[in-house]
Amino acid sequence: MSETTTQTTIQKSTAGRRFRLPAVHDRYFRGSLTAIAVLFCAVCLTLVVTLVIQARPAFAHFGFSFLTGTTWDPVRAHYGALPFIIGTLETTAIAMMLAIPIGLGTALFLVHVLPTRIRSPLSTAVELLAAVPSVVYGLWALLVVAPWVRTIIEPALAHITGGAGPFSGVQLGVGLLLAGLILFVMVLPTMVAISRDVITAVPADQVEAAYALGATRWQVLLRVVLPSARVGLLGAVTLAMGRALGETIAVTMVIGNSTAIAHSLFAPSATLASIIANQFTEATEPFHLASLIGLGVVLLAVSIVVNAAARLLVRSVGNRGTSSVALV
Amino acid sequence: MTSIQLPDPILDRRQEIQRIAAASLDRRKIYSKIALSFCGVFLGVALVPLVAVLAYTIQRGLQAWSVDFFAHLPTPSGIPGGGIRNAIVGSLIIDGIAAAGAIPFGILAGMFLAESSGRFADGVRFAADVLSGVPSIIMAIFAYALLVKPLGHFSAIAASFAIGVLMLPIIMRASETAIRSVPSTLSEAGLALGARQATVARRVTIPTALPGLITGVLLALARGVGETAPLLFTAIGSQYFSSSPFKPIAALPLVVYQDGIQAYPDLQRTAWGTALFLILLVLLLSVGSRLGAAWLRREKR
Repeated sequence: MSETTTQTTIQKSTAGRRFRLPAVHDRYFRGSLTAIAVLFCAVCLTLVVTLVIQARPAFAHFGFSFLTGTTWDPVRAHYGALPFIIGTLETTAIAMMLAIPIGLGTALFLVHVLPTRIRSPLSTAVELLAAVPSVVYGLWALLVVAPWVRTIIEPALAHITGGAGPFSGVQLGVGLLLAGLILFVMVLPTMVAISRDVITAVPADQVEAAYALGATRWQVLLRVVLPSARVGLLGAVTLAMGRALGETIAVTMVIGNSTAIAHSLFAPSATLASIIANQFTEATEPFHLASLIGLGVVLLAVSIVVNAAARLLVRSVGNRGTSSVALV
Repeated sequence: MTSIQLPDPILDRRQEIQRIAAASLDRRKIYSKIALSFCGVFLGVALVPLVAVLAYTIQRGLQAWSVDFFAHLPTPSGIPGGGIRNAIVGSLIIDGIAAAGAIPFGILAGMFLAESSGRFADGVRFAADVLSGVPSIIMAIFAYALLVKPLGHFSAIAASFAIGVLMLPIIMRASETAIRSVPSTLSEAGLALGARQATVARRVTIPTALPGLITGVLLALARGVGETAPLLFTAIGSQYFSSSPFKPIAALPLVVYQDGIQAYPDLQRTAWGTALFLILLVLLLSVGSRLGAAWLRREKR
């Protein structure tokens, strides 16, 4: 008698456990995962808000002229961001003018010309080079490439163009041109890796159909592969550009850090990121610090827009190689 | 009936068409050859600087390497024979604390992404993607405003925070991919046995996804170890030995930067030596993460 009662009690209690507790537990589990995700969003928001709050004195004082002002003078406490916006655009433009054709050509050659046996180790090597720290590129650019730019590339450019306009002035080695060149080397692995993924994702039947019609390899690439991959390639270019816009330490080492607007490719200049890195620890005056953080806000806004656009473009292609995208 | 021999219009044209086609084919083949050899040249152009960076760093770096280089502290400038012991320890502390925070946070957030759908999850995923493209100097300003300015001094922990924020989206997205690749039949079997979701996650999902999770963590570490900009006004660097998270501290990338821009050959030697050490560290982590990914792919097949 008593045994049966105990058994029923046990059955009752385990029944309760089995059917009610897990549901509650699962809800806790899902709830805490969601909480983590909310916390992540909070971190992102705090990042933006903190920067804006810290930069407010500068924005409040200078207003819109913070963006359009051409002088950056810590001694007279006058701060305008235009020289650095221009410097950022110029270095990025130099880098992208070289990286787009060369990166695209390399990716096409890797995927459609080289045999698989050479292709995979070569593209792995290119991707591993994307992981080389930027400070190492900076060191190499400053100590090895800069003298070479000063004695060979700059005199050659000045000679060919007659030393006019952007090719005039003292040849220092360090400056706008070297910063653009090193940025080109640094964004190239990104450009190649993502272009390669996008080009590989072009449907094989389209490519084969074009070959069957008698197209040569170049015609297939030009008329079928590139048009089919264009959205993804635009995404690759945008991602590489985002990287070039925000690259800090290598540029700081080789650009010369001048706060004046450069009138020659050979002149020293500065980018948004490089001037922050260069002056932040020297900024004892509160306005100076707020203005530097204001440059950070400009950089953050630009990078959010560029990266959001890039991700939308690359995502629309589907079939994303996680490894190479994560490397960026 | 006599058949009239009419000229065959097609036969006449055929030879002409063949001639044109043959000429066009030759022309197209030549274009193709030229254009493709340009692509080949571009591949060469792409490889030369990348190989040159490695070659120079290995050559100059090895000249600086010795047992003392790793075992000693920096000497005052002008006195040769300084080492990077404090920077190795500093980088270990900074990246250790960053990883300790970012790994559990990132993996759990990745698990949320893998197991949720809908607008909120999409938004979080997008935020992670965008955050991974935000320049690292921004993280330094963030850490400065939150941890350096209020406390009034530079510290290793502020650097850890900046590096941790940098690592977070990388770990999240890699974990998401890894957890998604776990076959749903496995976790459903666990749930069918009556296990709680948390138990299934701990005993089934995470062990199965482990190689992928490790891949993501190594990738994030490779990125974090080499970053200089987030350390600039957080850890700030130091000539002395420190293992306190709350004091300014030396770090490997900072040594490369700060010694590299000096005009003294001794300091530049140290910078090259440290750069080589840093490259080997980062490549080791990257190759490790790649091997993990390859292993994962083989397992899936």
